[in-house]
Amino acid sequence: MDLEFDADTVAFRDEVRTFLREHVPAEPLPSMDTAEGFEAHRQWERTLADAKLSVVSWPTEYGGRDATLQQWVIFEEEYYRAGAPSRVGQNGIFLLAPTLFEHAREEQLAKILPRMARADDVWAQAWSEPESGSDLASLRATATKVDGGWLLNGQKTWSSRATFADWGFGLFRSEPGTERHRGLTYFMFDLRQKGVTVRPIDQLDGLPGFAELFLEDVFVPDDEEDPANSGVIGEVGNGWRVAMSTASNERGLSLRSPGRFLATTDRLLTLYREKADQADTALRDRVVDAWIGARAYELSTWATVTRLDDGGQLGAESSINKVFWSEWDVATHETALEILGAEGEVMGPWVDGFLFSLSGPIYAGTNEIQKNVIAERLLGLPKADR
Amino acid sequence: MRFTLDTDHLDFAASVDALLGKADLPAVIRAWNTGDTAPGLAVWAKLAETGVNALGIDESHGGIGDPIALTVAAEQLGRHAVPGPVAETLAVTPTLLAAVAPDRLEALAEGALATVAAAPITPYAVDADIADTVLAVDAGTVHLATPGEQHVSVDPARKLFTVVAGDTLGTVDDGQRAAAEDLGALVTAAQAQGLGRMMLELSVDYASQRKQFGRAIGSQQSIKHHLSGVAVDVEMAQPLLHAAALAVRDGADTARRDVSAAKVACTRAAYHSARIALQVHGAIGYTQEHDLSLYLTKARALVTAWGTERVHRDRVMESL
Repeated sequence: MDLEFDADTVAFRDEVRTFLREHVPAEPLPSMDTAEGFEAHRQWERTLADAKLSVVSWPTEYGGRDATLQQWVIFEEEYYRAGAPSRVGQNGIFLLAPTLFEHAREEQLAKILPRMARADDVWAQAWSEPESGSDLASLRATATKVDGGWLLNGQKTWSSRATFADWGFGLFRSEPGTERHRGLTYFMFDLRQKGVTVRPIDQLDGLPGFAELFLEDVFVPDDEEDPANSGVIGEVGNGWRVAMSTASNERGLSLRSPGRFLATTDRLLTLYREKADQADTALRDRVVDAWIGARAYELSTWATVTRLDDGGQLGAESSINKVFWSEWDVATHETALEILGAEGEVMGPWVDGFLFSLSGPIYAGTNEIQKNVIAERLLGLPKADR
Repeated sequence: MRFTLDTDHLDFAASVDALLGKADLPAVIRAWNTGDTAPGLAVWAKLAETGVNALGIDESHGGIGDPIALTVAAEQLGRHAVPGPVAETLAVTPTLLAAVAPDRLEALAEGALATVAAAPITPYAVDADIADTVLAVDAGTVHLATPGEQHVSVDPARKLFTVVAGDTLGTVDDGQRAAAEDLGALVTAAQAQGLGRMMLELSVDYASQRKQFGRAIGSQQSIKHHLSGVAVDVEMAQPLLHAAALAVRDGADTARRDVSAAKVACTRAAYHSARIALQVHGAIGYTQEHDLSLYLTKARALVTAWGTERVHRDRVMESL
């Protein structure tokens, strides 16, 4: 057992750290949930891509550098510590790409991934529907077979980044009369094309971080003669299984490396030293608990990386991660606001972070659903009718 | 970077678990609680044969010197709630004696039980009545001691004693005393982790079998969410425990911080597990008839043993 990194990994860390020190904008970019900020973040992704640092874990042919999982986690840690911009391409990179690597055809990969790596195409997820949240398998949006492809119809919602994004991905019922997990297909579709209406939704912070999508006879090509442009991932009718590989990524390691939490902890410690009454032991306890939690999450990530390096799979334990980091994130921001006192009401980075943290226990599968997964799949408690 | 237990440590933990699993610990603990310590001492004799008692003693003093093995073994001792002075025999006393009386270590490595009072964090010596060696640490001075007045612990298996200091063995510097206390805290954290896991398992078993309103109570989301919350705490404490053992093995600068973080996380997880276990078991859990009682009160005692949460959080903050 050890926590030492090999020479290649240390060299990689140094390269990333140097690059970020030289390139991270001195002034924060405008929020990516504004038109101006979205384009600024898209431009930043190109700066990363030029240095082959936008998708380090991907194969080199698609713009990555075949980095190991350890290196990817280290990249993320350096990225957040450097205070670098939010990743406007993250839904595509972390949610869709892993699914594509597992289920898409070579021609699809070659067409989609290099553009995703440079944020030439920014992707938005289209999972939830107005009547299908935690119970995603009850979804109603349909796909109807037509000559050369499919027509998508229905309504999707809580679609992150969709206000300004270029493409969407999600599940549609492709076999009429089927129920639940059967008869679903995983589609990708152009958000700019005829039949797509995007209605931005203002979030708690006042910005349209997600949107509602109305789809009316939206054509998606699916032609054996032209696999590169096919909008279907994996087999028709097998969408649920294909999608679940993405769901596990969103909940677990991929989206939530420890980097963000370690960086938040650093900032909390600075805030505590500068602003807090050092004799207030209750406050000190909360700060220490934030540090312990971030450290636990970091170490648990290294344990997971080791298991994956040994050929293991991410399983239901990603639900433990998700519950842990989302609750930690809210508690840690609450601590920061407590330190700020009356200033904790005034909009600023900590309040922004606090508002964002409130979404954590909800998105990527609510914590209640995650706790059911933990109870049934890890602990082996009996299933119940829900 | 390979952050997982090596196979030999996993195998060792499994062998200790198997040994204790066959020893009918619930009966052993109940006997210990009523003053019949013979079955418990027999378990300790078997443990000594596996080398457990030598793990906290350096090779140069005839021991094995493996803090990671010590940690995984202590987790199994905690899992089975082995009675007796666990942290004192396996960790604190060996570290103190290495500094002041290394000639006494051979007997410890072979299985002698030891206990220690080290005020302010550990004012009472646990199980001093049955220990072969009793120490009292007063600032930097280590004395041999004898048991004085007995105090009743919340955990009936822990008999607490004020001690009467006798002959002086020698003196330790701050670093040596800190090392002894840290190893004690590490072993206590490991015991708590084992207890937390055991109570979670007992609760899952009970909730899967106990039926009310015509269905297993464990099929109810309220119970599932309680137990999932415990699983989150226990699983997220585990890597802190392993990292602390690693830091102690490597003599890292961060060892004290890492041990304190593990102590806070493991004892909190165990205490959470205890509270939820009691709630899930209902009234039967609130009796001494049920085995849960053997673990429940020990979890409470270990929260304060070898440093309260206050002490350990302060140590973490000092290191940051």
